[in-house]
Amino acid sequence: MRTDRDATTWTTICRLDEIEVEGGVLALVAGEAVAVFRTHDDEVHALSNYDPIGRASVLARGIVGTRGGVPYVASPLHKQGYDLRTGRCLDDEEVRVATYDVAVRDGLVLVASGPPHA
Amino acid sequence: MMAPHPVNHRKQLVVVGHGMVGHRFVQAAVERGLTETHDVVVVGAEARPAYDRVALTSFFEVGADALSLLPGGAYDDPRVRVLLGTTAVGLDPEARTVLLDTAGGGRSVLEFDELVLATGAAPFVPPVPGHDLPGTFVYRTIEDLEAIRAAAATATVGAVVGGGLLGLEAAKALADLGLETHVVEMAPRLMAVQVDDAGGATLRRHVEGLGLHVHTGATTTAVLGETHVTGLGLKDAEPVVTDLVVFSAGIRPRDALARAAGLAVAERGGVLVDEQCRTSDPHVWAVGECAAPGGRMYGLVAPGYAMAEVAVDALVGGDGAFTGADTSTKLKLMGVDVASFGDAFATTEGALELVYSDAVAGVYKKLVVSDDGARLLGGVLVGDASAYGVLRPMVATATNPGIALPENPEELILPVTSGAGAQVALPDAAQVCSCNDVSKADIVAAAEAGGTTRAGATCGSCKTLTRKIIEDWFEAQGKVVDRSLCEHFPLTRQELFDVVAVHGHTSFDAVVAAHGTGRGCDVCKPTVASVLASQLNHHVLDEGARTTQDTNDAYLANIQRNGTYSVVPRIPGGEIDPEKLIVIGEVARDFGLYTKITGGQRIDLFGARMEELPAIWRRLVDAGFESGHAYGKSLRTVKSCVGSTWCRYGVQDSVQLAIDLELRYRGLRSPHKLKGGVSGCARECAEARGKDFGVIATEKGWNLYVGGNGGATPVHARLLAGDLDTETLVRYLDRFLMYYVRTADRLQRTAPWVDSLDGGLDRVRAVVVDDVLGLGSELEAAMSRHVGGYFDEWKATLDDPDKLRRFVSFVNAPDVPDPHIEFRSERGQDVPAESAGPVSLGATIPVGAP
Repeated sequence: MRTDRDATTWTTICRLDEIEVEGGVLALVAGEAVAVFRTHDDEVHALSNYDPIGRASVLARGIVGTRGGVPYVASPLHKQGYDLRTGRCLDDEEVRVATYDVAVRDGLVLVASGPPHA
Repeated sequence: MMAPHPVNHRKQLVVVGHGMVGHRFVQAAVERGLTETHDVVVVGAEARPAYDRVALTSFFEVGADALSLLPGGAYDDPRVRVLLGTTAVGLDPEARTVLLDTAGGGRSVLEFDELVLATGAAPFVPPVPGHDLPGTFVYRTIEDLEAIRAAAATATVGAVVGGGLLGLEAAKALADLGLETHVVEMAPRLMAVQVDDAGGATLRRHVEGLGLHVHTGATTTAVLGETHVTGLGLKDAEPVVTDLVVFSAGIRPRDALARAAGLAVAERGGVLVDEQCRTSDPHVWAVGECAAPGGRMYGLVAPGYAMAEVAVDALVGGDGAFTGADTSTKLKLMGVDVASFGDAFATTEGALELVYSDAVAGVYKKLVVSDDGARLLGGVLVGDASAYGVLRPMVATATNPGIALPENPEELILPVTSGAGAQVALPDAAQVCSCNDVSKADIVAAAEAGGTTRAGATCGSCKTLTRKIIEDWFEAQGKVVDRSLCEHFPLTRQELFDVVAVHGHTSFDAVVAAHGTGRGCDVCKPTVASVLASQLNHHVLDEGARTTQDTNDAYLANIQRNGTYSVVPRIPGGEIDPEKLIVIGEVARDFGLYTKITGGQRIDLFGARMEELPAIWRRLVDAGFESGHAYGKSLRTVKSCVGSTWCRYGVQDSVQLAIDLELRYRGLRSPHKLKGGVSGCARECAEARGKDFGVIATEKGWNLYVGGNGGATPVHARLLAGDLDTETLVRYLDRFLMYYVRTADRLQRTAPWVDSLDGGLDRVRAVVVDDVLGLGSELEAAMSRHVGGYFDEWKATLDDPDKLRRFVSFVNAPDVPDPHIEFRSERGQDVPAESAGPVSLGATIPVGAP
């Protein structure tokens, strides 16, 4: 999580308990569709919702789990996995989705609305 | 200038007899290229083409069609002609002609360059007084069985003369036809040719346990009765009172044609042939039960197949030879495993016997080993023949030294405990499939080349061993043969199903904590979700279950390429009234949905945004629709033709049955999607045989076919049982579907599942129809729980605010639609417009706060 607060504005998207454990929600953050996931150990991660392989805005609806210990989401279209921490596609090294900084404060989930990490 | 070839330089080969061996000969002739030089004419006396006589008894359950080896009645190779209902009545080797007698009474002469006799054998009927009275039968052809079935309808007692392999088959058939059944055997034990006294005694207890009466050491002296059978006279014993008699006292080669033509015949019958299966005339060959290579006839199919292959080989210039055959036998008789192999009676000098016997369990196993205990010579297995696949290839013969026995050979027949038993490597030369003469080396070579062999294609008894050899080979190549579901579960789907049932788990978390590692993935989560749904009949969106569902189940709709969903209301049997059609039209119009008729006789509405689904379903549910489960690995549709209500050809009401079946099995979560079909007559307009289960009306009821599908590898469903009343049909279907749900692999349709079972369709029939596992009532009860617990998932979702909460576009801006979803128009309807990348609404759009 970035600490450079000056370059970042934070958007509150929902309460943490509104995201199911190992589930995802879709948030609108500064005009962008951002998928926000909660893992079994209550880590929260945010990725661009756009699946660059399936070419559709769907990742928030994927199944969340682990592959070899890596927390990931499987695209609901063709099941490619994306590392929740880095956005790296686990099935195609060339592919990556943007990630966003996330914070949980007072039970609320906040997503950084600065430029995403491409 | 034209080459000076004769006008017709092709030769003619005539095959007399279209049984299993004649059929195999033609197959081999086509495969080996014999039809490049020869036209083949096959003459068959029976009205139907070759059928599986080994499985003859199953005719009563599955009918004649399922037994056919050539269902279309013609070979793919146009150079092969089949003349059925035609008997060869004369043979002139000098003139190279055969005289044919057609069923219609006509006679004709057929010339040949080469003639193959495959006339098989005829049942031996002992010439006792009364042997031809009305009420006496033999057990050889489908017509024989039809006649027995007709006679059994008015009889109460039946007797079989002969307690051998076929006699016991016949006795089982009589018992299944509802007759009090007697088996009369002259020898002191049952299956005297295959098993020893102790094995015969074990077998007898099994047979008597099924309620049959066994008379051994009993010589039939007469069939009693004036105008019809009333009993069976026995030497030195009370007569058996019976209404019908089936003779199954052995077979005799049908060699009359050869005999009359002056060809050499063996002393004990059978056309004498050399190692190439050539008779005393160089252009006449004989194969199968009518032949006697070296003077001995073989009454089994495997040696007959071997002879057919050898004869074809000789005709194409090869030097293959038939030098005797393995007469090992393994079969399941009345649910009892019986196997006999090698020197079963320890006739080899110095042979020793190792015996394991458990009279309580009804198991008897004997190994015959060489005097030094180093070589296996033969054996007998009754009650448990699971070791047969490993033992038989180990047997030492004149040409094969077999495999050295382990230190403690008794472990090979002791009950399997701590992994003991049968951990012995086979030599490459070991014959694995005796029906088709496939060795271990052949299987390994095929695995290396990525090809296949015929191993397991006939009786199937070597399938397990064949699979093991292939898996061992892959493992030896460093390739892991891993049947576990994924990295989180070292279990197959079937094992998962069992542990869930045994432990009563109700959530993925409990299952992964108890039997898995880590947190699960997109493979195991939906699989466990499906297993739980099959057993609990709960709502797939219940607390804890939701995040384990694939997106289709998670939103109860089918995701499409642009992230929108399609909606399919159930239209049972494809029958819909105009009012409901209008509702679907109005909903589609109001929500701007693209509509298309599906292959399953319903209507698919495309282009619904996720957040629109509840509103769409509110309208549909209010109009009386329910979920069509098009999104689930579950029953899709039961397609029907219009049936006897309208169709002038229809013999049954296919629409009513399709509706009933669709409503019965709707919502059943299964390893893969399930489709059904019902046709009202044999014209099969519903294409039911392209479905996982297909029902086709007959004059007498319904034929049930299973294991069909369309798709990339289309498979026709095969007949499971014929002429069923509706109640029996539903009972078999309940069992079939639940058996599939319980034991299939993840994403395995019914066709590959049936093939994956040891024994294939026969196994399914044994479990579903014969109930050999005694699971029938349990499977029916499980289905009955499903039927009783059914509810409409969409209605339940609309009634539950907690489940509806997730149907929003953005959690923090529920009223803003996802801008990535765009449409363009094609042929007057909206279709997806591809988005090239992430779209921004711009920072000026107001964002709703939580």
